[in-house]
Amino acid sequence: MFENLDLTKLIFGRLTWDAIPFHDPIILGTFAVVALGGIALLAALTRYKLWGYLWNEWFTTIDHKKIGIMYIILGLVMLLRGFADAIMMRLHQAMAFGDATGYLPPHHYDQIFTAHGVIMIFFVAMPLVTGIMNYLIPLQIGTRDVAFPFLNNFSFWMTTGGAVLMMVSLFIGEFAKTGWLAYPPLSGILQSPGVGVDYYIWALQIAGVGTLLSGVNLLVTIVKMRAPGMSLMKMPVFTWTSLCTNILIVAAFPVLTAVLAMLSMDRYLDTAFFTNDLGGNAMMYVNLIWIWGHPEVYILILPVFGIFSEIVATYSRKPLFGYTSMVYATVVITVLSYLVWLHHFFTMGSGASVNSFFGITTMIISIPTGAKIFNWLFTMFRGRIKFDVPMLWTMGFMVTFVIGGMTGVLLAVPPVDFVLHNSLFLIAHFHNVIIGGVLFGLFAGITYWFPKATGYKLDEFWGKMSFWFWLIGFYFAFMPLYVLGLMGVTRRVSHFEDQSLQIWFQIAAFGAVLIAVGIAAFIIQLVVSFMRRESLKDETGDPWDGRTLEWSTSSPPPPYNFAFTPRVHELDAWWQMKQHGFQRPESGFIPIHMPKGTWAGIVLSGISVVIGFALIWHMWLLAGVSFVALIGTAIYHTFNYDRDYYIPAEEVERIEAERTRVLANV
Amino acid sequence: MQLFKYLRGASLTLLVAALLSGCDAVVMSPSGDVAVQQRDLLVWATVLMLLVIVPVIVLTFWFAWHYRETNTEANYKPDWTHSTVLELVIWSVPLMIIIALGAMTWVSTHKLDPYRPLDRIDAQTPVPVGLEPLTVEVVALDWKWLFIYPEQGIATVNELAAPVNHPIRFKITASTMMNSFFIPAMAGQIYAMAGMETKLHGVINEPGVYKGFSANYSGAGYSQMKFDFHGLSEEDFASWVEEVKASDGNLSRDEYLQLAEPSIDDPVSYYGQVDPTLYYGIFNRCVEPGQVCMEDMMYHGGMDKHAGHHGDAKAEHADHQDHAGHQSHGGHHE
Repeated sequence: MFENLDLTKLIFGRLTWDAIPFHDPIILGTFAVVALGGIALLAALTRYKLWGYLWNEWFTTIDHKKIGIMYIILGLVMLLRGFADAIMMRLHQAMAFGDATGYLPPHHYDQIFTAHGVIMIFFVAMPLVTGIMNYLIPLQIGTRDVAFPFLNNFSFWMTTGGAVLMMVSLFIGEFAKTGWLAYPPLSGILQSPGVGVDYYIWALQIAGVGTLLSGVNLLVTIVKMRAPGMSLMKMPVFTWTSLCTNILIVAAFPVLTAVLAMLSMDRYLDTAFFTNDLGGNAMMYVNLIWIWGHPEVYILILPVFGIFSEIVATYSRKPLFGYTSMVYATVVITVLSYLVWLHHFFTMGSGASVNSFFGITTMIISIPTGAKIFNWLFTMFRGRIKFDVPMLWTMGFMVTFVIGGMTGVLLAVPPVDFVLHNSLFLIAHFHNVIIGGVLFGLFAGITYWFPKATGYKLDEFWGKMSFWFWLIGFYFAFMPLYVLGLMGVTRRVSHFEDQSLQIWFQIAAFGAVLIAVGIAAFIIQLVVSFMRRESLKDETGDPWDGRTLEWSTSSPPPPYNFAFTPRVHELDAWWQMKQHGFQRPESGFIPIHMPKGTWAGIVLSGISVVIGFALIWHMWLLAGVSFVALIGTAIYHTFNYDRDYYIPAEEVERIEAERTRVLANV
Repeated sequence: MQLFKYLRGASLTLLVAALLSGCDAVVMSPSGDVAVQQRDLLVWATVLMLLVIVPVIVLTFWFAWHYRETNTEANYKPDWTHSTVLELVIWSVPLMIIIALGAMTWVSTHKLDPYRPLDRIDAQTPVPVGLEPLTVEVVALDWKWLFIYPEQGIATVNELAAPVNHPIRFKITASTMMNSFFIPAMAGQIYAMAGMETKLHGVINEPGVYKGFSANYSGAGYSQMKFDFHGLSEEDFASWVEEVKASDGNLSRDEYLQLAEPSIDDPVSYYGQVDPTLYYGIFNRCVEPGQVCMEDMMYHGGMDKHAGHHGDAKAEHADHQDHAGHQSHGGHHE
């Protein structure tokens, strides 16, 4: 009898039927919808015999373009989940006044705001940014793939593995109730004994492997694989900002990994890094996590600055104003982003001199950022501006972002921060820069490069609908939060007494509904564009009369990107080539050496998810077995010598001749 | 370009609404001198930044409108990408604003350092010579606030009172969770952390009842972790102290350990007597019998005035009789 009991524990750890939230109608309803949708999707894939296609062409691919697209799909899917959390919070806060308790019990509400933050940063913004970098960097620098193609596939699947674990927490067990950075002592084992924080730790650790390796990969790609002639100061601005971002990733993410490893040792092995007792210190955690966390903000925004730079130049039909100062501004931001982390906790009681130092370094960042805004402004100056959808997003960004920048500098003044820290003013500020900056930029970038990736443009009407609903929805959703912050209302509160606040929360909830319409319009835009893909077709490969090398290829580009490696003589290489009457080579093709797809990435990531799940639930047997399997599989994969192939010269010639024919008809 | 007008209209409306509501926003119209100075700083910093933000927004709309594709009248210079004069301007204008703001920051951060004793009651009145600040020891418990008045020998839960125009010195710690002690009408916030002591100096200038709460999420009972702060005249404060003194509550160490058990939405309660060593015990994490105080574990005596100290500590679980073992543990960290 007792032996049986031990065996159950060994296999299932602390997982029991109680972990399934049968009693919670909201979660159960969500589960039903997700399950039905999932079954329908799987059935459709089987019905149309798409499994082989997906496996061979997508899941095992090492083509940076397909991996980039998969990252973007992951980001968009997770955006729906993250937004569902957001609108649930907005509705709850608009209702929970006085005697009304709102519709979410506090323990559910606490999980939702934690999950919202984690998902939006790690599984929406990061995959979207990484996806766009993955797709574009090799094309912009004139190369055929990234430096380590298999690693790229593995990185993507590890990020996805983290997202899977995150989603599992919704239906099996619970997620953390600690806020998105899981400060101890609240996230310690004494205060949070459940599985929530463990889901948090392992989801981020697994995804973190992906992010870090992808950072290494893209960094090496940019440093080592640029086309001949492309010196650093001839790189497109997006590549420059990506370079800085990947430097930040490589330098910052190991800190996150280390701090989460220490937190998990506190939870699993009774160490005392961050405990109240036995010499631990929670302030250490707060410092370390922000030493990662502040650069993370710039990891997200820098590539987006690059996206805006490309778009402003293209649609103003002028080269970017002040390229050199743009590059230096980016580098300055990269360095300074490591010198400001303490501004996230002026209120922890550092001395006045320490607080002033970090306040002032924070303000200094606004100088290069301001210079960037002016450079975009003077790119428009004396231009011929076309207001296509990407340019609309850019305009929306420029106006919105400066407001967010201003409130950010306000918060950098320590005495002001003492009254606004942790308030809804702070929430409004960082949504102002993350939505008004990062998200607007990602939508601009997706719209701008969509024809490159698919061969057809996105529908204008629904694109504009999406933009306007997002923009106006943003102002309705977050301006009231600035006001509430000035009324002394703090974040993460699930119930209010003061009825006079309610109207502001209702306006904010209305704004969230407008944003929901914006998201719906974006999805409709994808569907409508797909249906109308014949009439929206772009055969030139250069629909916007672009300036950088990605526009010199067909849309979508061939697997090898460039039949011949381009030679770069000036900044805006493709623009110069067009100016000088560039002729595509039509003969003399040679076989092209390419990397081959592999199963290893998805399998290793799958095993990692199992390890994570086993560790979360204390299933020590499964954890041990799957760990051995992970190491074994990795070793087995090293014996795979069938990793490359040649695209024969005839095949290259056929593809290029087809393109010549299409171009002649345009 | 009707769309842009629409956008401008929407943001203007919101801005006006925000300004109007500012009248009853506590951060914008506080009642304590420190918070008033913080508000002034917020306003001045905003004005300073608007010097560059407003032109940027105006130029964005103006350039977008003037250089639109259909306006063939506008000057089009497809190769114009550099201007040394403009570059100088766009780097130096923000630089000068930041120099001004940086100077304001340095001065105000030192002047409004929460650890610094007040030197004025309000803009016109310096602190009278010989007026000692009222000391209140604040403990953030799960999830309620304990206020100990060492000079009066009383304690309260979820209710704070102080005489108006009388400087207050708060000494702040916590039992477990990290919270933030915040009375927006009086002064800015500061974290309350276990095993550490933070400090806050403030004064309230008008009688009234003000909201106080935790501003740092601390788990299940966080939303209810609120208290009323009563600004009273000296006479009213004296009678409030008498009222608390008259209650039978005695906050001994045992009573405290019961009080410290997690609970949500606790009513106000008064303690007419309080163990005078209790607060020291709480922040040195040695309230339970047999625990070694953190201070005793360290080789040097006493805590720094700032919270930068790591909370070297005793064991909560068991076997804390072993003094020698803990001392070596503490020493190891020093």
